Amino acid sequence: MHANGMMLLAAAQESTQDVPARAQMATTLGFHIILACFGIAFPSIVLLAEFIGLRRGNQTAMRLARRWSQVMGVLVAVGAVTGTVLSFEMGLLWPGLMRQYGSVLGVPFGVEGLFFFLEAIFAGIYLWGWRRLPGWAHWWSGMPIAVSGIFGAISVIAVNAWMNTPGGFTEKNGQITSVDVWQVFFPRSAIYEMPHMVLAAYMVAGFGVASVYAVGILRGRRDRYHYTGFALGFIPAAILTPFQIFVGDTAARAIAHDQPVKFAAMEYVPQTSRQVPEWLAGVYVNGHVYAGIKIPYLDSLLVGFGPGTKVIGWDSVSPADRPPVVWLIHLSFDVMVGLGSLLLLVGLWAAWTGWRRRRWPRPLLFWALGAVSGLAAIVAMECGWVVTEEGRQPWVVYGLQTTAQAATTNGGVLASLGIVIVVYGVIGVATIAILLMLSRRWRRDDRDDDSVPYGPPSAVADRAASQVES
Amino acid sequence: MGDAVGAILLAGITLYAVLGGADFGGGLWDLLAGTTARGRAPRELIDESITPIWEGNHVWLIFDLVIFWTAFPHAFASVMTALALPIWLAVGGIVLRGTGFAFRKEITRLSLQRTAGAAFALSSLLTPFFMGTVVGAIATGAVPADASHASLAAWTSPTALLAGFVFVAACGFLAAVYLVVEAGRRGDRPMRVYFTRRAQGAAVAAGALSLAALFEVQNSDPAFFNRLTGRALPLVVLAGVCGLADLALLTAGPTKGIRAIAALGVAAVIWGWGVAQYPVLLPRTAVTLTNAGATQATFVALVVVAIAAVILVVPSFALLYALQGRQMLGGGEQGTPPAAGSHRSTGLPSAAHAEPPAPSHRPGSATRGVALGLVAIAAIARRRSPR
Repeated sequence: MHANGMMLLAAAQESTQDVPARAQMATTLGFHIILACFGIAFPSIVLLAEFIGLRRGNQTAMRLARRWSQVMGVLVAVGAVTGTVLSFEMGLLWPGLMRQYGSVLGVPFGVEGLFFFLEAIFAGIYLWGWRRLPGWAHWWSGMPIAVSGIFGAISVIAVNAWMNTPGGFTEKNGQITSVDVWQVFFPRSAIYEMPHMVLAAYMVAGFGVASVYAVGILRGRRDRYHYTGFALGFIPAAILTPFQIFVGDTAARAIAHDQPVKFAAMEYVPQTSRQVPEWLAGVYVNGHVYAGIKIPYLDSLLVGFGPGTKVIGWDSVSPADRPPVVWLIHLSFDVMVGLGSLLLLVGLWAAWTGWRRRRWPRPLLFWALGAVSGLAAIVAMECGWVVTEEGRQPWVVYGLQTTAQAATTNGGVLASLGIVIVVYGVIGVATIAILLMLSRRWRRDDRDDDSVPYGPPSAVADRAASQVES
Repeated sequence: MGDAVGAILLAGITLYAVLGGADFGGGLWDLLAGTTARGRAPRELIDESITPIWEGNHVWLIFDLVIFWTAFPHAFASVMTALALPIWLAVGGIVLRGTGFAFRKEITRLSLQRTAGAAFALSSLLTPFFMGTVVGAIATGAVPADASHASLAAWTSPTALLAGFVFVAACGFLAAVYLVVEAGRRGDRPMRVYFTRRAQGAAVAAGALSLAALFEVQNSDPAFFNRLTGRALPLVVLAGVCGLADLALLTAGPTKGIRAIAALGVAAVIWGWGVAQYPVLLPRTAVTLTNAGATQATFVALVVVAIAAVILVVPSFALLYALQGRQMLGGGEQGTPPAAGSHRSTGLPSAAHAEPPAPSHRPGSATRGVALGLVAIAAIARRRSPR
């Protein structure tokens, strides 16, 4: 077993590439996760629109569904390839992690592969079946995309949850000797991480869609088409927001228990103590919090519903085992919570006006908030990822393997990082440019439709198109 | 159990090669289709054939990757470290291909369409080439068991480079054969002739390159050559027979069954490689299918995943291909065909769009279904045999 001995040696090596490797992983994951959110949640919104279109004969909803499905086609394609990059990066950037734990964390990824298959296959049917599949058959062909999006997300989050609270395997002399698949798929943190991410995806996609139409409404396009588009994105997202805040609050309390050092960084708890204050904003440098608002006892209250609750500080572990950039974690956490609360207020505003007056709020401020709600949801979601990933450092598998041990021993990660930033920059700009171009094209089509005063617009467009074709 | 998972991995690689490989081949023919005016008809046929199915086909790559790292993590880490450069280049190709393809559809301005199309087409050439060098490097034993650094020599050996070219030619061959059938089904005679010529050329190129690779292996790696011409001989012969049979059928004219034969030929090459190497995972090391770092429970979980894939994914694919074969998919969401921009600007009628398929052409989809079924059955049968 000479070979095994050599492998152990390689696994124990520390890489000098962990910082650029982390930067590259952050770039590619941070980019992909936005597309992933749309991949998880957008199909449900498109299906909702098509459902309303089919059930109520609502031509506006139907037209939105058709157009959104074209957007979905672009986003699914870009998401598929950026997701592929991440799969390869698991080995190209983190061979140490895969060598040691690939057989453990690979199992949820295998399950995710199944859902990815269903997603891609039925996306092919749904996206390209609009013209020739009959209405409800077409609607049902989209169902597997929506369902497998959720379960695929759960499978991937299982891996991240496992990295945060690893378990379900035994390790002897550095070798994995047995694996309990069920425990690997549902580690302790899975119960809050999974719903937190799926809800985040629905908020990103819902508010994202809503903000597009809020911009249109702000620009004076106050027509049925824009209000319907706004409602189909905004209402589901706003309904889910309070649930997300509840899940997030539960998650924070569980993290205080499961990953105390991460929690200490999130809330600026240097020493394990009772009557811990809550810091709003502020930058922690050398034992001082600058520019922060201190609320006495609140952190203890939030963790254990009493001011006397003991909160574990980062002094519970040696300095080498603490996250290196505490202020980034804390501020990201605050931004996430702040934006989530803002989105909740926007939703409550709409709910109040809708309940009292049976219409949308009129003030410009509401539509301005609606216009930025998509960006706010994206920023909040990205901040959440910063918290969970930065907060776990220096570990890649909490308490078991450091990121430096996991990183590739190959040089040149800086070079690939540079290329990745340029290529992803181009792809990001091109994606947005194409979506804007589609929107311009559709506005032009709508104007053309207006010149045909009677008759269903979509049928006219179809006929015109088939004439051009033949 | 390790053997079973090894067979699953090889089956996954086979499916990626015969399905995803053809999509890359389509990009290759797109690249070689010439100027905008001359290449319009073939590009349109390629575009319509690939559009609804490429993402599904692409997932086989992810599936294979996951099986590889889960079942054989030590080998996976070494391959990803030693062959980082060609793998990065292949990944770059995958990114440019997917985005280029998706963007080209939505863009209407010709110059931008050309840029996106070039990204799609060029990367369709690069990705299979670098994937081929990776396979060549593994097969020649250039990946050490405990790789800690990338190696240029590993994948630039003559065998590895030849493997890269074989991959490109094989992708081109598969795509051309599939497109011959597709054109035939649409009653598009010029395109059928067009891709028949290309399929013949690619078959000859793939055959010649494979023979060259075989001779190169005889010189550089006699042990591997002996296994290839020993226990793997039936598969090597089968691959050759399939190639010759397709060449003969293409020359004679009938298109019935040529796709299945082409796919079988490519599958035989992959299984020949697998059988020649079995049970060693990284040749010239002690890393085999059973000692590459996974436990029994992991293997069992992967077999369950594979069974679930057969139950869930295979019927879904069958549905997708059946709908695609009946031309139920396509035309875009807006009621305009995806290539509408170029249509309108040229104003020329297009043969590819001419008519819905006559009912007499329907059996084409059945052939496709049978081909898929054969591959699946072959994969399942193979999965059993090494045990």
